[in-house]
Amino acid sequence: MIVEYIIDAFVIILVLLGLFFLFTATVGLLRFPDFYCKLQATGKGDTLGAILILLGVILYNLHDFSLNNFLVCLKILFIIIFIFHANPVATHAITKAGLDADVKPLTKEDIRK
Amino acid sequence: MIRLIEDLHIQFVCRIMVPLIQFFALYVIAHGHYSPGGGFQGGCILGASFILMMIAYDIEYVKKRFPEKFNTFMVAFGVFLYAAIGALCLILGAEYLNYGILHKILPADPVKVRALGTLGIEIGVGITVSAVMLSIFLNLSTFGKHEKSEV
Repeated sequence: MIVEYIIDAFVIILVLLGLFFLFTATVGLLRFPDFYCKLQATGKGDTLGAILILLGVILYNLHDFSLNNFLVCLKILFIIIFIFHANPVATHAITKAGLDADVKPLTKEDIRK
Repeated sequence: MIRLIEDLHIQFVCRIMVPLIQFFALYVIAHGHYSPGGGFQGGCILGASFILMMIAYDIEYVKKRFPEKFNTFMVAFGVFLYAAIGALCLILGAEYLNYGILHKILPADPVKVRALGTLGIEIGVGITVSAVMLSIFLNLSTFGKHEKSEV
């Protein structure tokens, strides 16, 4: 019984942390001044937020342990690995495309104006 | 004109990801009876994996392994598979696409044969959808010339 409460506490902490990172990523996307700044905010925040929320889902699924639940957890783990690889590289590709299309990064002179 | 982007990170991760994506596409096709998915969705994922490879590397690089002639053949082959299974049921004396009748030629009971017939149809749909997606992408990126592209 007490174990379930501990698991629940960890689930709540993980999901709240994930929501916090997703929230900061969205704020960064809206508030940062520059193309590259916006990209790095979403690239990092979205990845970490999604991974933390999915980890919380895995822990929640382990409440009653059976083979079916374990397989579901394994599938979610694969999704985590996929996001962990694909999301930063997609951000990198967009940044590279922006550089090749001559999008100028923000400089100190732009801020002083 | 779009410049060629060759990047180590993108190519390396695509090299790891593409087999996993194709494996997942086959899973979606084969598991379509019990979970969301089916021939069309799996075919879309399979075609998207080829398109990802073309974007990360080069169109020529993929064409060497998967020639365009073969791709166009696959477009027709998937439809042929669909129509052939349907017509086989017609020949054996049932309605078009009534797979239950296939138990006359396959060593299984009608219920299992019905599931097997559905799987055959889904595979045909998947082959056609993936090949058509690839064909559309090739035609768009080479401006319909079927030659060496500039991308």
